[in-house]
Amino acid sequence: MSNNILENRRYVLSSIAVIIVVAYVARLAFLQLMSADYKESADNNAFYNNVLYPSRGTIYDRNGKMLVYNQPAYDLMVVTNELDGLDTLDFCRTLGITPDWFEQRLAQIRDLNKNPGYSSYTQQVFMTQMPAADYSVLQEKMFRYRGFYIRRRTVRKYTYPYLAHVLGDVAEVSQFDVDNDPYYQSGDYIGKQGVERSYETDLRGVKGVEVLLRDARGRIQGHYKNGQRDRKPVPGRDLTLSIDLDLQALGERLMEGKLGAIVAIEPKTGEVLCMVSSPTYDPRLLEGKERGKQMIEMGKDPLKPLLNRAVMGTYPPGSTFKPSQALTFLQEGIITPQTAYPCARGFRVSGFKMGCHGHPAPLPLIPAIATSCNGYFGWGLYHMLNNRTKYKTIQDALTTWKDYMVSMGFGYKLGIDLPSELRGLIPNAPYYDKAHFDKKNNKPNWNAISVISISIGQGEVLLTPLQIANLSATIANRGYYITPHVVKEVKGGSLADSLLVKHTTKVSPEYYEYVVDGMRKAVLGGTCKGANNPWFETCGKTGTAQNPHGQDHSAFMGFAPKDDPQIAICVYVENGKWGATFGVPIGALMIEQYINGHLSPASEAKATAFQNRHISYGNRK
Amino acid sequence: METGSNNKGIFLSLDWVTIVFYLVLLVWGWFSVCGASYSFENPDLFSFEEFSGKQLVWIGSSVFLAVILLFVEKRFYEISAYFLYVAMMLLLVVTIFIAPDTKGSHSWIPLGAGIKLQPAEFAKFTVALAMGKFMSRYGFYLSKPKNFIATCAFFIVPMLLIVLQKETGTALVYLTFFLVLYREGMTGSLLFTAFAAVVYFVVGVRYGDVMIENMPVVIGEFAVLLLAQLFTTAMTQVYGNRWHDTRIMLYGGVGLSLLAFLFSKFVIPFNLCWILLGIVVLQAGFLIWLSIQRQSWRHALIAVFALFSASMFYVCDTILEHLDDHQRVRIEVLLGKRDDLRGAGYNVNQAKIAIGSGGVTGKGFLNGTQTKLKYVPEQNTDFIFCTVGEEEGFVGATGVLVCYLIFILRLLKLSERQPDTLGRVYGYSVSCIFLFHLFINVGMVLGLTPVIGIPLPFFSYGGSSLWGFTILLFIFLRMDAERNLKRQ
Repeated sequence: MSNNILENRRYVLSSIAVIIVVAYVARLAFLQLMSADYKESADNNAFYNNVLYPSRGTIYDRNGKMLVYNQPAYDLMVVTNELDGLDTLDFCRTLGITPDWFEQRLAQIRDLNKNPGYSSYTQQVFMTQMPAADYSVLQEKMFRYRGFYIRRRTVRKYTYPYLAHVLGDVAEVSQFDVDNDPYYQSGDYIGKQGVERSYETDLRGVKGVEVLLRDARGRIQGHYKNGQRDRKPVPGRDLTLSIDLDLQALGERLMEGKLGAIVAIEPKTGEVLCMVSSPTYDPRLLEGKERGKQMIEMGKDPLKPLLNRAVMGTYPPGSTFKPSQALTFLQEGIITPQTAYPCARGFRVSGFKMGCHGHPAPLPLIPAIATSCNGYFGWGLYHMLNNRTKYKTIQDALTTWKDYMVSMGFGYKLGIDLPSELRGLIPNAPYYDKAHFDKKNNKPNWNAISVISISIGQGEVLLTPLQIANLSATIANRGYYITPHVVKEVKGGSLADSLLVKHTTKVSPEYYEYVVDGMRKAVLGGTCKGANNPWFETCGKTGTAQNPHGQDHSAFMGFAPKDDPQIAICVYVENGKWGATFGVPIGALMIEQYINGHLSPASEAKATAFQNRHISYGNRK
Repeated sequence: METGSNNKGIFLSLDWVTIVFYLVLLVWGWFSVCGASYSFENPDLFSFEEFSGKQLVWIGSSVFLAVILLFVEKRFYEISAYFLYVAMMLLLVVTIFIAPDTKGSHSWIPLGAGIKLQPAEFAKFTVALAMGKFMSRYGFYLSKPKNFIATCAFFIVPMLLIVLQKETGTALVYLTFFLVLYREGMTGSLLFTAFAAVVYFVVGVRYGDVMIENMPVVIGEFAVLLLAQLFTTAMTQVYGNRWHDTRIMLYGGVGLSLLAFLFSKFVIPFNLCWILLGIVVLQAGFLIWLSIQRQSWRHALIAVFALFSASMFYVCDTILEHLDDHQRVRIEVLLGKRDDLRGAGYNVNQAKIAIGSGGVTGKGFLNGTQTKLKYVPEQNTDFIFCTVGEEEGFVGATGVLVCYLIFILRLLKLSERQPDTLGRVYGYSVSCIFLFHLFINVGMVLGLTPVIGIPLPFFSYGGSSLWGFTILLFIFLRMDAERNLKRQ
């Protein structure tokens, strides 16, 4: 071959070099520019994110009493691939466990079915919430137990045995929580009920993180970029509740042995002063490790102690509903304060009768409220629904009525800052159209008589004790209410705007004065005589609600003092018979406690008597 | 020795382009060693306790060595080439026996004070010199089988000695001398045959147990046999240069194979590899017939190639089985036959992670996490390119590759302009050795070539390799400079 051709072979070799370099550049482009996986793998390799937990906010009552605080607890963590050479017997002795238990626990940790996040390289929970005493013993020997680590956490502690439903509790996050909020990781704590849940984001603070560099052997080599990427934890915000703990304690005491609820509201602000749901439980039962067991126990109880009846119990309001009817009829011009309706031991129209108790008749509005005359309110609604000059159809009339009810806070959630509030039920026209549908004529078939019992808070109407208390606050305010709320202040934060909104009802303030008069008369000489006292003017309204579960429910709604209301209250005692039997006296004691700051000796005796007066709910079991 | 007035001439006639790139790569390499060897306990880059500090010493001494080599005349090498070669071979032999066991290899001679020398790194230039001298003999023709075999012996001998030192990777570098022989007249068909063998092996192993969908046909077998036909046909065209013959083989072979494929795919599925195999054998027969009829050895050799090709799929598993365990696993991992991220695949996977995490511009000098935290094994030496990829990103890594490319192309250009065989052979040896190191080292880090432990010139930490490459390069630069001197 001639040298000329051989010279050209230099280009073959050059081409090989070019092809190799081009191919490698392409490969680099693929690795470095196309795929983000490698970056992620690199971060997973090198970065160990050590989470720093903030302290959870403390909770106080309106007078500054500390209700909930944090106490340190210690989780014992294990890294299973560092376990070689452990003196198991010594370890078990120190911890007070048996070697069997130790082996079982390790097997559980390694079982990917039970512990899906298992890795032999990372810390796994061996034992949670060790008491401080165990910890101090263990701490001295920790250096001997390679592979074990202590993780400092806090547990919630409760100062008082009261207010369980409002305070709620915390527990480890569920898989659902983790999936829904990237903030949480398995093992974190989260508020499960009460304000712990509704104010979770304020209370929890913000977790911090130390970004540490971990070498190929798992050893920590320091902070990444000298800690530039580290974040300090931000402590949770403290909450001041609007609850008055003394009032709450009295309420819980009075409700002992009875089912039901007490809600008291400061009318001007919408602040909830107490919220009793009975039966209740000692929040301290749910501290620490016992929570799961106790929750299961209480979940099985037929009296449902976990249910917050104040916002989740929906009851027929009975006669406590009547003031709302009077206000509606007055505003709509169906009645004037002077209008009197007959009552022949009830409301009677063409063979239909809705019974009433004995009182003089006919009565105008104010005494009708004071004596809680069923006939009066039956006639009022009857005339409203049948007024064809004002409303084209009965549906229009009922729709108008419903709008009034909704404006007073019924039928929808009030929006209190607690989870799981229920909305109750205010029937509307389509509801009755559907319920009373005449299939033969293919049209709704109902009239004023069919629905008349809603005028006295029976029938389809259902309210929560909170809504009844809110009605009382609306009347005390003569026509408006602020969304009820249990948190007065978030330290370093603010309340949601929705909690401070002023809701004005569809009824003019002047009409409220008649209803207030009626409620005052009820206390002075009507159904609420037991609520009268020499110190201030109380207004009230009883309720005796029929229900399909046996004995009537006993209810009371009231506020005081009449001209400068400090407290509006609802007491609802399931199967308490007459409103005057339990509702009125309990309500009176609560009002006295709040306004006077204490109970008189006579009232104290009465309180003890009511505390011990239990109602048998045997049929519930 | 040249002295006095001639020195100025030497320095002016030096190829400064090459020297500049040499220095650029040297400095760039030092920064990479800094990144790879950074220690949290001792962040002082200039401390002689650390690799970065020691590498400075190696770099300094290399530059010193380079300057000295520029004073050594070409004449000296012409005279002493065989002597140097024999001395080096003896040293390699001695090394086998006196070198202590270092991670399984017996190639490092301890010189005391913690310094160790690897003679294998220095053997390359003696081989290149001796081979060059041998090939410049009067009456030397590479086409003479005797000459060819003798030439090959020059690099086969050290290769075997280094294999005996258990440094198979370093030994493989000597295969690069075939590229030099190619420039000197060796037929390209040998290189092509080697290339084809690699292709058969890769395809055969990678797809050796994958079936074509809905057909009783193994993809690897089918592909290797089809490639065998195509390559044989192509060789017939290139070396026989008769379109008539090629056409018969193309239509009769490849065309028939495709028909068989369509029949199997759409009519009756059957294992058509037997047909393909038959066709290759028929092609070989046809070539032998041509060879006899035309009295042409070439066609007979192509027939041998065809039969060799056809057998490749059936022997590649056997070849694999006869490799050492760790070599077999490396190859299987590379070909995706095995997922072993904690074992044999660990290095390459971590290397890919380190490089991949660099992104466009990298994490910055000394900010690489993967290399600094020792996730990549051998990161100072064989896997040094990871540090470049991680800390300097795509831009830096591409920059290094482009510098190398220019450097190697420049060396090829210088080699071709040498006036005599010794200079040319030596120059091509230098160029091809650098190319081979770049190809294998970067390829292995990128997961494209098998893991063979050879350094990346000027980047990998280590005195022996740095000195070895410097000697290799500067002997050549002096030769090149002398060419200019003679012309003046």
